[in-house]
Amino acid sequence: MINRVAGRGRGEIPRLLAKVTQGDDMKKCMQCTKPATLHITEIQLGQAQVVHLCETCAQKYLSSVEVGGTPSMDIDDDDESGIEVDADGAALEAVEAEEESTTAACTGCGITFKQFRSIGRLGCPQCYTSFHDDLLSLLESIHQDTQHVGKCPPQTSANTVRHHELMRLRSELKSFVERENYEEAARIRDQIQTIESQTAVSEDAHG
Amino acid sequence: MTVLDFDVLTNSSGEWLKGVGPESDVVVSSRIRLARNLDRFPFPPQTTDAIRGEVEAMLRGPVAEVLPLGSMGYVRIDPLETLDRQFLVERQLISREHSEAKGPRGAGIGPHESMSLMVNEEDHLRMQVLRSGLALDECWQEINRVDDALQQQVNFAFNEEFGYLTSCPTNVGTGMRVSVMLHLPALVMTKEIQKVFQSMHKMSLAVRGLYGEGSQAMGDFYQISNQMTLGKSEQQIIKSMQQVIPDVLEYERRTRREMVKENRPKLHDKVSRALGILQSARTITSEETMHLLSSLRLGINLGLIDGIEIPTINELFIHTQPAHLQKLSGSPMESSDRNAARASHIRSRLVPAEPTPNEE
Repeated sequence: MINRVAGRGRGEIPRLLAKVTQGDDMKKCMQCTKPATLHITEIQLGQAQVVHLCETCAQKYLSSVEVGGTPSMDIDDDDESGIEVDADGAALEAVEAEEESTTAACTGCGITFKQFRSIGRLGCPQCYTSFHDDLLSLLESIHQDTQHVGKCPPQTSANTVRHHELMRLRSELKSFVERENYEEAARIRDQIQTIESQTAVSEDAHG
Repeated sequence: MTVLDFDVLTNSSGEWLKGVGPESDVVVSSRIRLARNLDRFPFPPQTTDAIRGEVEAMLRGPVAEVLPLGSMGYVRIDPLETLDRQFLVERQLISREHSEAKGPRGAGIGPHESMSLMVNEEDHLRMQVLRSGLALDECWQEINRVDDALQQQVNFAFNEEFGYLTSCPTNVGTGMRVSVMLHLPALVMTKEIQKVFQSMHKMSLAVRGLYGEGSQAMGDFYQISNQMTLGKSEQQIIKSMQQVIPDVLEYERRTRREMVKENRPKLHDKVSRALGILQSARTITSEETMHLLSSLRLGINLGLIDGIEIPTINELFIHTQPAHLQKLSGSPMESSDRNAARASHIRSRLVPAEPTPNEE
């Protein structure tokens, strides 16, 4: 699950379920708040990571392999929980080496980045600001791109909306060029130029 | 506030189930889900019931208001009995997470069960729209409209760099999960399903088997969804899915055609036996039911079975689940009674079905 879900160069290296041990040694489940009674050691790229789960989450986790599934028709994305742990795994590699300040607390809800990593959930919207730098590398490993280019709330300024549109178009341009679809790339480039010239005009007008 | 009429719900089924939308020989349904949170409030999973109560109170009005005409309305989930909550999970009206979460929470349920707006799931708001067949543009139009309407009344947590802020970083940005549910029995039978997994993973799409217990996916149903929610626009994510799915559909269809060409009698026999068991069994597990219903669904699509339509099969997948069976019978049941009730319900729905005559 770890490699397959993350994709991104790690490709199809299968994970090895090294061992699953049981025991109540007071650890908390990484996906909910129950005590963890199952400890799954995942070996990936020569590194071992231990996943601590309660029985329910472990069942879900272990059955969320490509050919597997959850016991009944769920509308929810249980695969997200898998991604979380993966993301934690990725974060461990990306962040550990830099000795980030894992004791700083969020100004909104008070949790620390370390607490977030062990739970897998952030506490409040403020966390995204408080933990900005630490989250950046985590987000990069999950989503590749970390700049939002999608829909914005209605109260967003026209400038920001235009800015987002430009970023989205630039990333589309890049992917068309990579795929050698030059016709589409040219079309996108024209769109970019139109918007950029509109921006220049309005800046002049206000300048 | 609405009280759910479970009797009415039990005996009906959602439009998305009954409908036979585009590409429905392979695509069962399309779904788009958006995650949103109120600005300045802690996320639901790690906060107090008091906060959850505040959020629920703030959202229940706007949610009820944006529901289209003919909706079932907004319903509180926390006071419901376990069986009733399980029923809603089976019906895909709320997620398992929502059923099992703590504290004040609710769900606004749209007409024909194709829209569900959950309050205090993993995020303050989890909205979803379901359509039968391949219909992602329609899903997006509807859910976007609802999202716009809600943003006229409440402020969602958003920052210009990371987009809509969510409790889990895997959802941040667009907060959007796009999925299609596919029925791929031919690719499973020829063991080519692995190729589908590999090519989906290359494109960062997640493939998940449904209806499975343990490590086996049953019923040959697979859900394909995007993994990345940040860095692409909503349209880009939908379009990527729309570009990839047709190849999978064609692969499944071609494999079905080849199977029929090579050995129609064998296929005909397999499907007829599935029908035979379902029509006669006195007791049957959900596992076996999934296997056989999947064969039946393939049989109908290949014209090997008469007298029964896909919507009935879709309904049977839902109505043979544990909570549904207990609701239909009117009383709680243990496993062995459920197996008998399941068999009985299936027999009653499959009466008019029969295999098509052999071609010689």
